[in-house]
Amino acid sequence: MPRKLMKGNYAAVYGAILAGCKAYYGYPITPASEIAESASALFPKFGRTFVQSESEVSAINMVYGAAGCGQRVMTGSSGPGISLKQEGISYCAGSALPCVIVDIMRGGPGLGNIGPEQSDYNQVVKGGGHGNYKVVVLAPNSAQEMCDLTMLAFELADKYRNPVFVLTDGVIGQMMEAVELPEPVKELPDKSDWAVYGTADSRHLINSIYLDHDDLEWWNRELAKKYETIQKNEVRVEEYMMDDAEIVAIGYGSCSRVIRSAVDLARERGIKLGMFRPITLFPFPVKEIAKFPDRGLKGILTVEMSDGQLVDDVNLALKGKMISDLYNRMGGNVPTALEILEKISELYGV
Amino acid sequence: MAQKTVLRKPKGFIDVYKHKPGAEKDRTHYCPGCGHGILHKLIAEALEDYDIVEKTIVISPVGCSVFAYYYFDTGNIQVAHGRAPAVATAVSRANPDSVVISYQGDGDLAAIGGNNILQAANRGENVVVFFVNNAIYGMTGGQMAPTTLLGQKTTTTPYGRNPQTDGYPLQMCEIINQLTAPVFVTRTSLHDMPNIRKTRAAVRKGIKNAMDKKGFSFVEVLSMCPSGWKMDAVPAQEWIKENMLPRFPLGTLRDISEEAPAIERPVPVMDADEVKKILGYGAFSDSNLEKNPDAAFNKVALRVAGFGGQGIMSTGIALANVGMEYGYNVSWLPSYGPEMRGGTANCSVKIQGDTIGASECTEPNMIIAMNQPSLEKFEKILIPDGVIIYNSTLIDIEPTRRDVKVYNVPITGIADELGDTRFQSMVNVGAFAAVTGMFDPGEIQGLMSSLFAGKPESVIKLNEKAVQRGYNYVKDNFS
Repeated sequence: MPRKLMKGNYAAVYGAILAGCKAYYGYPITPASEIAESASALFPKFGRTFVQSESEVSAINMVYGAAGCGQRVMTGSSGPGISLKQEGISYCAGSALPCVIVDIMRGGPGLGNIGPEQSDYNQVVKGGGHGNYKVVVLAPNSAQEMCDLTMLAFELADKYRNPVFVLTDGVIGQMMEAVELPEPVKELPDKSDWAVYGTADSRHLINSIYLDHDDLEWWNRELAKKYETIQKNEVRVEEYMMDDAEIVAIGYGSCSRVIRSAVDLARERGIKLGMFRPITLFPFPVKEIAKFPDRGLKGILTVEMSDGQLVDDVNLALKGKMISDLYNRMGGNVPTALEILEKISELYGV
Repeated sequence: MAQKTVLRKPKGFIDVYKHKPGAEKDRTHYCPGCGHGILHKLIAEALEDYDIVEKTIVISPVGCSVFAYYYFDTGNIQVAHGRAPAVATAVSRANPDSVVISYQGDGDLAAIGGNNILQAANRGENVVVFFVNNAIYGMTGGQMAPTTLLGQKTTTTPYGRNPQTDGYPLQMCEIINQLTAPVFVTRTSLHDMPNIRKTRAAVRKGIKNAMDKKGFSFVEVLSMCPSGWKMDAVPAQEWIKENMLPRFPLGTLRDISEEAPAIERPVPVMDADEVKKILGYGAFSDSNLEKNPDAAFNKVALRVAGFGGQGIMSTGIALANVGMEYGYNVSWLPSYGPEMRGGTANCSVKIQGDTIGASECTEPNMIIAMNQPSLEKFEKILIPDGVIIYNSTLIDIEPTRRDVKVYNVPITGIADELGDTRFQSMVNVGAFAAVTGMFDPGEIQGLMSSLFAGKPESVIKLNEKAVQRGYNYVKDNFS
């Protein structure tokens, strides 16, 4: 397979092109700007649309418009920009519009800094806008996955008529790796039963208003059913050295890369550490984590670049049968493999 | 015989308002005396007369016209408060042959969506905007709008609009008219029959422009809000005449529709083979170079560091590219952001057969230090038996570490001899090759042409020379 060295941010745009994404609407923000930059270079080469919007708010509303017209469409940003997009994401979810949003997380709160962090976890995974809704959240940890999971994001968005996030941190966005570029998608799904094309047969209505209380409750329950289906069907995880693991480290994005290094180091020292990595954050691998207490583990350590946002979900899944410990770094600092091993040694006496 | 008048809805309207909840599916939700109904009808008639009902898409805003989609027998998209121009932008780009109508009130367009309307207008999007100005927020119960007149009492200006606290009524037509792109900017009113007729003409002009892909048309329509103004329908018409017209003079501010060229949008390329061709699949690495089984290194965790401009990033990227050509797993991670512009730069490069975990080299087995601060900083984290390659042209101290292998290479000097300091990164690549034995400079000539694609042949040759010189220096001095 042909390989090309590229940043994670670029790989997401290649993935979008290969997935048949027809429009990119976005606003610059570090450390996600290369997404808009490469989209501005690539999309016009294919006669596809690139617009640098006047704001993050506009970008997501442009996405709403394009999605309503049945196009595969993408935007990308980072923490502060995602905060601004939340209203529009709620509208997309409420109107059942498929779209892909890439979030390259940086340090917060407020202006924070542009170092890598994972502190958008709650605002993305919990559906940070108003109303009852969820978005599918895919968490790549390599440039290859930035491409592959962006393509998958488009597929899932269309399959469930729902916004899908590609959520990662500044490290994965900024890092270059060799990417094997897959085959372009050959056929796009038929959306003619709901999308608006400006033709006689496509005079549909894209809308999230349900004035009648019972109607809106019905719609909320329909959405809830959809999320249940997603929870049932779409969980994806990666495990490394888990078969005989006595200690499990859980993390996503760049943390999972560091955990992998920690596992290798631990094994050299005779410590049976394994890695459990959620690839989907919604749906969260609840069932898989719920099984951990039956394995007779010495401990579970959640590693994250946020203030215990991920560990909350891990502990919800553990249902009180075990409690995961937390090792976290913030502010742009990335945990190191040695730090993880020190923490493990301190916690579990190995 | 007197002509028989047939009363029927224009075809632009849905016959039975099926989306409207409740029993009354044959009438609008608007209050008696409201201007929306009149403007809706003028639009619906125009859609029928131009025979474009089927290709029209109406964007319904937030405000009283949030339910415009009850009525128009077109494609309908209801949107968030103020964002109709942003949505209309994408709808028009997605369906360039459709007629896109963005319908907005004054709170929606001039307050929360103020920037959206300016920017869509400035881009000259091919949409027609109908802007209903009734100087008040109707739907939410009569609060102050950007267009509320001075002294006007609303539920949020109970003592009247005071310019010292609330500013002045925004004149949107005049603001839009400051921009270059719009083709048609006009203000009309619905307060009497002659002005309704003028509004009818303006509506048609705007819609015709969208049909003809002429770009951005802005039709501001002064409209009665008897409920919000707390008055009967007829006095509301009078109120427009007496109070609104002085601040919002009627007339066309701009009409360059005739001379404006039609907007052309490209047809997206979706064919898989064509997509691969444009992405340059043919030129990508096929990793066909054979790894050196006798190399001193088969697992590299390298930190390259120095001043910005010393080729730090490009050294790392070149080495990652080389590693990829030999079928290794590779990663390159820059220190990014303000650091990048603050004078120092460093990057982490990993080249190995196994899957790469952490991409940051927190415990490197090799460093290339291009200046003294970098040497001092990164030699500390080098693992025992690691390798230091340092730029002896600029660094006149020895590394302090004694448990590592040191290569002092006059990197800048070699590059300068070749005529340009920018050759430093390729000197680094050569030195790296000699130290690790991972590859031979002669093998990577094909790669050089792709790394320097678009550069003149002479530049490529000099870069190849730089690699060879770096390689030779290490071979000659440290074997």
